[in-house]
Amino acid sequence: MTHSPSSISRPLPVPPPLSARARLAKWWRGEATAPAKRVQFDRPLTPWVFLLPQLAVVVIFFYWPSVQAVTSSFYLEDPFGFSATFVGLDNYTDALSSGEYLSTATFTAGFALVVTALSLGLGLLLAVKADKVIRGASIYKTVLISVYAIAPPVAALIGMMLFDMHIGPFTQLAGLFGYDLKVGVNYWDTAFAMTLIAVWKQIPYNFIFFLSGLQSVPVSVREAALIDARTGWARFKDVILPLLAPTAFFLLIINITYALFDTFAIIDVIVKDKPANNPMTLVYKIYLDGFKGNDIGGSSAQSVILMVIVAALTVVQFRFLERRVHYG
Amino acid sequence: MFKSTTLAALALSFMAAPVLAQTDITWWHGMGGRNGEVINEISQKFNESQQACHLTPVSKGTYEEALASGIAAFRSGEQPNILQVFDAGAATIMAAKGATIAAEDLIKGQGERFDRKDFIDGVSHFYADSDGKFVGMPFNSSAPIMYFNTEAFEKAGVEPPKTWEEFETIAPKLKAAGYLPMTASQLTWMMVENFHSRNNQQFATNNNGYDAIKGTELTVNTPEQIMMFDKLKDWADKGWYGFYGAGWSDNLKPFEEGKVAMWIGSSGSFGGLQKSATAPFSAVFMPYWASLADHQMQSFIGGAALFAMAGKPDDQNKCTAQFFSFLTSPEIQVYWHENTGYVPVTTAAYELAKKQGYYEKNPVAEVGIKQLMLPGGEWTKGYRLGFYPQIRTIEEREFNKIFSGETTPKAAFETIETEGNALLARFAKTSS
Repeated sequence: MTHSPSSISRPLPVPPPLSARARLAKWWRGEATAPAKRVQFDRPLTPWVFLLPQLAVVVIFFYWPSVQAVTSSFYLEDPFGFSATFVGLDNYTDALSSGEYLSTATFTAGFALVVTALSLGLGLLLAVKADKVIRGASIYKTVLISVYAIAPPVAALIGMMLFDMHIGPFTQLAGLFGYDLKVGVNYWDTAFAMTLIAVWKQIPYNFIFFLSGLQSVPVSVREAALIDARTGWARFKDVILPLLAPTAFFLLIINITYALFDTFAIIDVIVKDKPANNPMTLVYKIYLDGFKGNDIGGSSAQSVILMVIVAALTVVQFRFLERRVHYG
Repeated sequence: MFKSTTLAALALSFMAAPVLAQTDITWWHGMGGRNGEVINEISQKFNESQQACHLTPVSKGTYEEALASGIAAFRSGEQPNILQVFDAGAATIMAAKGATIAAEDLIKGQGERFDRKDFIDGVSHFYADSDGKFVGMPFNSSAPIMYFNTEAFEKAGVEPPKTWEEFETIAPKLKAAGYLPMTASQLTWMMVENFHSRNNQQFATNNNGYDAIKGTELTVNTPEQIMMFDKLKDWADKGWYGFYGAGWSDNLKPFEEGKVAMWIGSSGSFGGLQKSATAPFSAVFMPYWASLADHQMQSFIGGAALFAMAGKPDDQNKCTAQFFSFLTSPEIQVYWHENTGYVPVTTAAYELAKKQGYYEKNPVAEVGIKQLMLPGGEWTKGYRLGFYPQIRTIEEREFNKIFSGETTPKAAFETIETEGNALLARFAKTSS
């Protein structure tokens, strides 16, 4: 906490300045700039020792590969690493000028938007309804949450059994309405199946958080709201929803990350390693070009672009959205 | 108690190691299921056949994953002695001179016998350089062949087609008999690559890419190739051909269920089909166009080859060479052939299987090898195209668009050629 000068009417007494040596000694003893109540370690190196495992993980698994990706994105390299030619921004311009890359990017944006909106919306709806259930509440909750225990590839396998072109019940159902559903052949049919499976897989996660968020709304507040607002919708909109905002903001970030990155396994199972004309996300394209196509430079450039987009998105979310969120 | 068992185990392992003094070699492959088991069995046979070498096979998933793991391992100096690389990935590993030791050099250098003439004609060019020297060791080779449902043909009263022209005359009869006349898995392999081979058409400049990496361009935007897909689209519209996307099994499934009269698949599918097909079936060569070629030509081999990775000590290379010789011995080739459905790669092995009466019992098993032994032409040796797995991805994308009516075959092959040539040019830059 910092004190803003305006809130203090009289200037505080200023302690006499210390010599550099004395300050160093204080710092070493752990008394450096400690506010009165903050707990400090005896030795300044101690916290670093505790931090080390976490820092090592971040450096080894995040910073180091990121630096590698940025470096190799400026080179055109033969897969076996015999020769690397510096090509400047060629890999970036190649990616950004390719119609295929741009249409994948467009799909990814739309997919992230729809998956996030639907899984947040449905998760919230189910949580609100489950929150009101008194009889057999635990059964409803278990049924809704259990989907979360299914691994994404398994969820996609189940989905693809339902959407199978030859024997899938969903395909037959669509046939009853005269629609020839062809997941794997028709772009939009596959996009539909992909979105449905991704949303289905993510709803339980949102449900758990929204439900616990709803249950932490104090009874006194709810009762007070009963007096102020007659309709359930008004109570929900004006009282419950603002109290849920921290949960919702957290889930928004998690869901966007999910749609962008964690849907990889689902997409891999749906397109069966052969994307053809089927939609895919940017992450899947990076994998495809890098590992199936052995194009390391191009794939690295794409992952740097994605890194920049996600970083920008996160900054926007925290700067503009989080301001509207009140934490308790 | 615990101490004594540990000591005993330690003592045993110390005893075992120096007494045998075996050289360990590893083999990374991309095969699963029954084929993966047969690889383990063959490795065990090799280990039992001699004392000096011990071979450990490791499955790395699919073909693509095996190649990707091999590349990653090579870059960190942890490469296996032997890496299995599939047809479309051949250019990638063969362009990286210094990543592998040519199989022929390796075997001859270790004083083992090697003769190119031992190999079946259709097998001996694909993994060889432009001088004909074997760089990869042909291992699991297959050919695209046409399986047919014998019941359907009896019902319709027709014979399986040899040419696409014949297909057009019998397809309506099969349709009238209540069958979908044809499906095909992996159009890239059958209707593009092998379309060029079976009809003796040029696939790429620079002698199909064999002569140089620089300046190699696809020649797929041709009236002949476009005609093939115009026909396929037309057949699909008439209900003679069913297109179920790029997935292998989606196109196979209706044939297994007995709803489709003909399915173009791999000769290596024979083993699996025997278990999964619900109707009796047989097989013939994949059709060709009588209007394009006066006689049919052999197909490109599909499947994969084994590459000896560079940077290994001499005693290990000696073991690798020994294993390559062991693998091409007629007995092992026949064992592999009969257990997996892949074709034998040497003439001696083919003769042995014939002598044992294998084809009298299983005529289907002979179709692939016979197709590979057909006369070869100027353009049937194979192709050597960098980033070809990615080019296949482009082809698959465009084919989906053709059959959903979003594009025409003409426009599709224009796109394939433009985007494919851009990738080839990129590949040429990487290997400079």
